[in-house]
Amino acid sequence: MADSMQFDLVAPERKLASVEEAIEVMVPGADGDLTVMPGHAPMLTTLRPGKLTLVTRTETYSYAVTGGFAEITPEGVTVLAERSLPAEEFTKEVHDHLIEEARRVHEEAHPSVADLTAKLLADMEAMGTHMTL
Amino acid sequence: MPSLKDLKNRIGSVKNTRKITKAMQMVAAAKLRRAQEAAEAARPYAERMNAVMAGLAGSVKGSDNAPRLLNGTGSDKIHMLVVMTAERGLCGGFNANIAKLARQRANKLLAEGKEVKILTVGKKGRDSLRRDFGQYFVGHVDLSDVKRLSYDDAQSIARDLTSRFDAGEFDVATIFFSTFQSVIAQTPTAKQIIPASFEAEDGEEAPSVNYDYEPSETQILADLLPRGVATQIFTALLENGASEQGARMSAMDSATRNAGEMIDKLTIEYNRSRQAAITKELIEIISGAEAL
Repeated sequence: MADSMQFDLVAPERKLASVEEAIEVMVPGADGDLTVMPGHAPMLTTLRPGKLTLVTRTETYSYAVTGGFAEITPEGVTVLAERSLPAEEFTKEVHDHLIEEARRVHEEAHPSVADLTAKLLADMEAMGTHMTL
Repeated sequence: MPSLKDLKNRIGSVKNTRKITKAMQMVAAAKLRRAQEAAEAARPYAERMNAVMAGLAGSVKGSDNAPRLLNGTGSDKIHMLVVMTAERGLCGGFNANIAKLARQRANKLLAEGKEVKILTVGKKGRDSLRRDFGQYFVGHVDLSDVKRLSYDDAQSIARDLTSRFDAGEFDVATIFFSTFQSVIAQTPTAKQIIPASFEAEDGEEAPSVNYDYEPSETQILADLLPRGVATQIFTALLENGASEQGARMSAMDSATRNAGEMIDKLTIEYNRSRQAAITKELIEIISGAEAL
């Protein structure tokens, strides 16, 4: 079994990362966090706002993602993130702005989706702790 | 016969025009490069998105619990035409071509007894369609303040569309934009986005993998479809942006060349008239001297 895999992180406007030698990727899945290692069973999961961690042989990278989905195959992980930033660029201001936006969406939301937007808001807020702001 | 002074003035004004068109061409060239880079950067996301959606849609399509965004409303009575054009003119036939395609489609649909609604993106399309189809307009998206197209712009258009769709305002949505082929060739294109159609890029069957889905397949699809629509709109906007600059560049290039030709012609005429005037004066002097 291969001991490394391909990792791609793409946003609509640019490609954020493309690494061939990923060993471990921690993904904030909608139903819970999961760690992907080479040879993972193929799966497709949506993401909740959170921290995405990529471990390569030599380094560890973190990214903040606000949603999107991940396609996992035994050969690699492709994350399609709607908005995503390297952890270093994810500042308090960015986070506050996102919370603000989630709150606005929640307040304007139709009652039928209020649960979803409330969860989104809570996830957004929790993201600060994950990203150790 | 225009006087020397007139000719000189005209040459001056054509020279100024040439300066302007030349400058516009260079600006368009720089913007084109940026627009192409943006389109290039957006490609990986769009491609992955398309591939995943195609796989997902294939397995769910037709089943009863598939989302309406995919299956449609079951009728095709009301058509929404989203016409994407530029905010500015002076780009050759770019806006006119898109508007023409949209107009043909609208006329065809109306002739078939369908209902048509038009959403315009970009000022030029709205202006040229207003006279004939003004009564069908349901909205306009103004991008004139947007310096750099971002995904958020596409997303807000997509959100507007999907909420209208959910409210039952239309059955089928088609976007009209220009695909960028090269600086001299842009093709106006119509593409249906709702109900969503995803076909693999080169007709190649995507290898079907049995994915685990988390949460369920239908839920993921419901979550992804609006994103897929937004991505398609984003791609179209970017293509359109590149096409606009390409069209402007070639239009301005030929305008510059025309101005150059005109200057040459006028200069020859100017020189001839000047020479004629000199000859005339000489003849006058010589014949005057001979008469003495």
